[in-house]
Amino acid sequence: MFAEPAGGLGAPKSRSEEGGTLAELSRALHARSLSSEAVTERCLARIAEQDRSINAFITVLDNEARSQARAADHEIAAGRYRGPLHGVPISLKDLIDLRGTPTSAASRVRRGHVAARDAVVSARLRAAGAVFIGKTNLHEFALGTTNEDSAYGPVHHPLDHSRSPGGSSGGSAAAILAEMCYASIGSDTGGSIRIPSAACGLVGLKPAFGEIPIDGVVPLSSTLDHIGPLCRSVEDAAILHQMLAGNSNPAPITARELRGLRLGIPRRYFLALLDPEIAARFDEACTRLTTAGVMLDDVTIPHAADAPTIYMHVALPEAAAFHAHTLDTRPEEYTPNVRLRLEMARYILGEDYVRAMRGRDVLIREVSAALHGRDGLLLPTLPVPAVKIGAATVSVGASEEPVRAITLRQTQTFNITGHPAITMPCGRTPDGLPAGAQLVGMHTLDLLAVASAIEQVLDAS
Amino acid sequence: MTIDEWLENALRDADRRELPSLRPLLEGLAKSTAALRAADWNLDLSGELPDTPPEHVR
Repeated sequence: MFAEPAGGLGAPKSRSEEGGTLAELSRALHARSLSSEAVTERCLARIAEQDRSINAFITVLDNEARSQARAADHEIAAGRYRGPLHGVPISLKDLIDLRGTPTSAASRVRRGHVAARDAVVSARLRAAGAVFIGKTNLHEFALGTTNEDSAYGPVHHPLDHSRSPGGSSGGSAAAILAEMCYASIGSDTGGSIRIPSAACGLVGLKPAFGEIPIDGVVPLSSTLDHIGPLCRSVEDAAILHQMLAGNSNPAPITARELRGLRLGIPRRYFLALLDPEIAARFDEACTRLTTAGVMLDDVTIPHAADAPTIYMHVALPEAAAFHAHTLDTRPEEYTPNVRLRLEMARYILGEDYVRAMRGRDVLIREVSAALHGRDGLLLPTLPVPAVKIGAATVSVGASEEPVRAITLRQTQTFNITGHPAITMPCGRTPDGLPAGAQLVGMHTLDLLAVASAIEQVLDAS
Repeated sequence: MTIDEWLENALRDADRRELPSLRPLLEGLAKSTAALRAADWNLDLSGELPDTPPEHVR
């Protein structure tokens, strides 16, 4: 069922492997050709073997997971099948409440916390019969894109332990790639689902703003926070999205016909600063899409270059508001970099927050205008392959760019605008590191239908 | 408050709070805020108010 341990730069995992995706596992569990207990034991064994070096998990729920898996097997055997998540081992980013377990947000500030109740999304997954295998590591309070600043230490990329898996949901992505679980639920405020998914060769969905309840999730920025899945396929993302949105009986997504799809390429800005290998994988994917009958044309989002400053002036003051009390009373309990960013945020003036919110309205209109008459926008998700742990800057062609800015560059715009966006694998660099392509749409289910159509074409290299 | 005035006050306050590591972050933030204030979507009251906002603001 499982591929060999992912300790080196191996070939991409085949998604047709039995049990490789959540959907494939789900069908096997329903048919009782696999048991949840056996699958859960394999995941726990992978964690025991691998996680000392990867550090994907903050809390492993061994006993609870075994108990949930046994219960799932009994219910399925008794004809009480709950649906496609029944008996499937998944993880939660450790800023999502799960009753009776700590929610650390990867911070000493949260030490001693135990969730009294489930977050809304946890309750929905529990009702669907999911097996909670553990809580995953993250960049402290989700305020970063590398996972280096965590009270529990950095997460290491399963394909190259000297590199970051991206963040802030880096533990979630690493856990899936290392086959410690079949999917994970993360949060995305500037790209925190899509960045690690791209860096790890996974599918990651940021749904439209407000679709998935954030109750019971430690906030970063209340007008930018999104909850969504990291997983191995668009089909998995569709199942998880519908479950998270409260649809306990999700309908299969019908892929759109490839021929005749019309996708816009926002070339200016979004294709202007890319690692040459990432650019090459994206160009190759575009050629394959065109050959398959997809119509690609260039579109412009005139104020895209203003996204970083808009993002900074919205996200940081909102984060500072949540953290003001603990910054004043227990500042030493933050990791130094996260504390400094939050302290910087406290100097942003209200009038500049308002200017940024006005700029946000401009960007919303421009992205919607770019989507008008098209089935989506397509762009590289992450301009660079997974970055080295400890690097402050990264080479992008001839220039040296700050890691934080370059990793947020392609994703934060769509947190500002709230449009749904999904990243899918888009080949690998000669070093074996994954590249990702991001599809942006108007409505999440329509986006998933288009993503389902182009998924295999994108990753054919 | 101009950006220069804001930055001067912020740096002084960071020094008072014994957070010298904030200095480069605040200097970077000042550049970002200057770009934000220079953006073409900002309206101000120093001249005639437009009858309608620019196309991209509507």
